[in-house]
Amino acid sequence: MSSNITLSWWLAIVPEISLTVLLFIVLLYHRFVKPEDKRQIGIFTAWGAFVTLLITLGLWLFFAEPGVEPMLVWGGMIRHDLVTLVFRVMFLVALMVTALISVEVEHLQSSEYYGLLVSATIGFSLMAAGADLIMIYLALETASISSYILAGFYTQNARSSEAGMKYFVYGAFATGIMLYGMSLIYGLTTQTNLVAVASVLAGQTNALTSTAAPLVTAVTLDGGAGISTSVNAVLLLAAAMMAVGFGYKISAVPFHFWTPDVYDGSPTPFTGFLSTASKAAGFAIFIRVFSAGVLGNPSSSIWWGMLVAICIVTMALGNFVAIFQTNIKRLLAYSSIAQAGYAMIGLVTFSQSGSGATMFYLLMYIFTNIAAFGVIILVSNVTGSEELDDFSGLSRRSPYLALAMMLAILSLGGIPPTAGFLGKFFLFKAAVDAGLWWLALIGIVLAFVALYYYLSIIKYMYLYRSDDEDKAIPISRAAQVGLAFSVFFIILLGVYAGPAIDWTNQAAAAFFAG
Amino acid sequence: MTVPVEWYVALSAILFSIGALGVLLRRNAIIIFMSVELMLNAANLLFVAFSRYLGDLDGQVLVFFVITVAAAEVAVGLALIVVIFRTKQSINIDEINLMKG
Repeated sequence: MSSNITLSWWLAIVPEISLTVLLFIVLLYHRFVKPEDKRQIGIFTAWGAFVTLLITLGLWLFFAEPGVEPMLVWGGMIRHDLVTLVFRVMFLVALMVTALISVEVEHLQSSEYYGLLVSATIGFSLMAAGADLIMIYLALETASISSYILAGFYTQNARSSEAGMKYFVYGAFATGIMLYGMSLIYGLTTQTNLVAVASVLAGQTNALTSTAAPLVTAVTLDGGAGISTSVNAVLLLAAAMMAVGFGYKISAVPFHFWTPDVYDGSPTPFTGFLSTASKAAGFAIFIRVFSAGVLGNPSSSIWWGMLVAICIVTMALGNFVAIFQTNIKRLLAYSSIAQAGYAMIGLVTFSQSGSGATMFYLLMYIFTNIAAFGVIILVSNVTGSEELDDFSGLSRRSPYLALAMMLAILSLGGIPPTAGFLGKFFLFKAAVDAGLWWLALIGIVLAFVALYYYLSIIKYMYLYRSDDEDKAIPISRAAQVGLAFSVFFIILLGVYAGPAIDWTNQAAAAFFAG
Repeated sequence: MTVPVEWYVALSAILFSIGALGVLLRRNAIIIFMSVELMLNAANLLFVAFSRYLGDLDGQVLVFFVITVAAAEVAVGLALIVVIFRTKQSINIDEINLMKG
């Protein structure tokens, strides 16, 4: 690794630089805008995200940056590869659409709100790019600390500050555990870089055994006999502790307790952002750390069984508890727990097609869930609450809004011709290809359970009547653009997914390249 | 005479356990924050001890970052406590229960 800073080092972090510039402009923008024009801040943020997205895609299309060969830059801190590109595109799309739909919410029109959205996106983007335990920790905290403030952004509202507090306490606890796991990994391998950790662990060299000896005797108290199994025991402990931190980010059971309350209490646009971008970022580091033998060979590891167990329980609990919810934000919170379980199927296959399917799933989930939350914002702006009953008669009240919601819900439920169907299809196919047909079977059965509560939302919108059917729900231009954009991609990825799935599959190779 | 690295590992495991138990058992938000700090510092201690033992500086560099991040984290956490206190007149975690998980 040369220590000279080259052009490609800079190109590797162009999106982050661009977002940082956007962050400063957004923070200053407040000063130059009249109080009645505060909405312009959100629209400006969306434009900024769009321009960054164009720059990122342009660098890839016209200059082949990042190339197919993964590259370690900035002293091994950042991985410049296609995985990073795919996840960056997801985060930028999520930022753009979230900024557009945030314009609808009166209390959120301030520079601080949009600035925090941008800084959280910088954190997510660096999480996806991080190739070193230091970088992963810093990026995760950048994203988390911004998110804590965003969750509690309505300081006048007791529910919002409660959501912020709960998110903070669970988050700080989980990252503390994760950091301890990282320190154990460092003690075992003398390395913080993921690639270097992988090569040390793959070698299982004598060097590892001798440097790790004090750690092993202290932790397992077996006095040095059978060092190799003891190293495995410490490794399992470290893997489990890091899985707590990542599992918290993707809200996998049993680290999901914060999810319903935080989703419920937070400002709704941020809930949409949290459930998609934050989850995708969690998956990025989860796959990065656990794939490709960073923690050893999965086929012989107990922690592989641990991940499969988490995956199954997450799918089951999310889907069954969602059935009993009457508040739509809580319902979608449990639904998002279940969706994290599905996406984990691709993770536990430890194959290129599995990781590619997970990335495709997260991509389509961003469009789907943000569209759903966009509709919820518009409806609750008029009705003042977020209960399922508020959606009664929506098809007569605002047919296009009901259509957008229906497509989003069908996509969440995995019904063709929406993107959700293909997302689930690719995941289950990857599981069957990896010989985990029983995991795919469990997923399919639970997808049918999920249809019950997804279809009940559609039932409220299309079959139930309400007294306000003649009052249309006002939609601003920004929200129209945001929703139309999301719905367009829900359909596009559902009927013409070839290029997208090829792209994510090709990118997934980078997870497994040394 | 130098202190063996095993002792540091044991001490940090004890500190970490005290911190984790504190988060799980104590009800005062400020005490919970202090317990979280204890967990982070247990990890820091382990990083520094290994760094010294293995003769590798990366661990010590990481500790500087952790300390910085922990300070930022606590600043946000205390701000959230102030906001909670304004609406609830209490920082008891058990009373923060408008929404049931």
